[in-house]
Amino acid sequence: MIFDFSVIWANLPLYLGGVLVTLKILLISLGFGLLLAIPLGLMRVSKQPWVNFPAWLYTYVIRGTPMLVQLFLIYYGLAQFESVRASALWPYLSNATFCACLAFAINTSAYSAEILAGSLKTIPPGEIEAAKAVGMSRSKLYRRILLPSALRRALPQYSNEVIMMLHTTSLASIVTLIDITGAARTISSQYYLPFEAFITAGVFYLCLTFILVRLFKLAEHRWLAYLAPRKH
Amino acid sequence: MLNGYGSTILEGAWLTLALALSSMTLACALGLLGAAFRLSPIRWLALLGETYATVIRGIPDLVLILLIFYGGQDLINRLAPLVGYDEYIDINPFVAGVGTLGFIFGAYLSETFRGAFMSIPQGQGEAGAAYGMSGVQVFFRILVPQMIRLAIPGFTNNWLVLTKATALISVVGLQDMMFRAKSAADATHQPFTFFLAVAALYLLLTSVSLLALRALEQRYSAGIKTVEL
Repeated sequence: MIFDFSVIWANLPLYLGGVLVTLKILLISLGFGLLLAIPLGLMRVSKQPWVNFPAWLYTYVIRGTPMLVQLFLIYYGLAQFESVRASALWPYLSNATFCACLAFAINTSAYSAEILAGSLKTIPPGEIEAAKAVGMSRSKLYRRILLPSALRRALPQYSNEVIMMLHTTSLASIVTLIDITGAARTISSQYYLPFEAFITAGVFYLCLTFILVRLFKLAEHRWLAYLAPRKH
Repeated sequence: MLNGYGSTILEGAWLTLALALSSMTLACALGLLGAAFRLSPIRWLALLGETYATVIRGIPDLVLILLIFYGGQDLINRLAPLVGYDEYIDINPFVAGVGTLGFIFGAYLSETFRGAFMSIPQGQGEAGAAYGMSGVQVFFRILVPQMIRLAIPGFTNNWLVLTKATALISVVGLQDMMFRAKSAADATHQPFTFFLAVAALYLLLTSVSLLALRALEQRYSAGIKTVEL
């Protein structure tokens, strides 16, 4: 037999641990990324240039450079400065998990902000007019009408972003973390079975991708049912 | 400039550009093939195209790169003795990089091209057929030229993602600008400086591409009616 999957089978716990690490990094970075994306998205639809421009520059720079460079800038780059190494944040910034989550959260915040801004721009004018007609204040209008409506309608695009982020978390293995890819790299170098090791990692990611797609279908069914085409 | 590493990083930048352009050429060919398969009335061809697009888009680029580069090399060297070839086969990282990125982005482009083909009015292909053109002639003479305009926005997006994904090939040892920046950073203990320089180069590359492709889109849209809201 040309393939040898018995080693993979014996090391399944390593992969399952990797799945947990992948999911942990994914959830943390998506959570913080979305928190950051909401103010940024609101800034991106502002008509005031000094509010809009900083957010535009942020998303432009983040979206125009590779994730790997951003990760290296944070994980390796910051150590160059004496002041960073002396600061109270250093225990965090020298930790690979923290750096990976920080880099991924920054990255996804830029993409999500653009998705949210796009969704805010295409809000049906009637929704805003109706809110104004019942006398809502500006902040109430945003809190009750604009954001819920925009966040819902951003769901299909956001599902793509979440899947891209799942794939991006594989870069965590480059900064020594043992996520799914990290587990595969460990096994590949320990037993010299790169083909089996990486194809198994691929299968795990494929399953996770399908699960995420399914979850977002359910979420759309729950929150976007009113926009679905009529069936009967 | 940059402690004397400026020129070596610029050389790496050329390699990055060459890698991106060659991979995109391969990806376009595979994407066109994939889209043609997926739109084909022949069941198993459509299924093959669909599987290619779904599986590749469901796995991270990095895993595919590691799988094809290390796994592929390993597999070739396991298979070669079976056909009586006993020397160790070493794959060149540039060739492997082009093959891998082309293969990955071919799947993404097949999605872009498929959408663009589907937006062309049915009558266009039918008119071609009515003139007695063969299926291949209709595809290359009628559908492809019209598809280009519709595919440019998706193409732009894929090109930007591909340009950024080339950085991952440095992980398997191709001496592109990312690899050289890492070596320079290790040698000089100034990682921030070098990675920032590389980030600026990538930003320059993506900005120039964005402007060029936007101009191209305008050129291809000449004479197309637009409606003002």
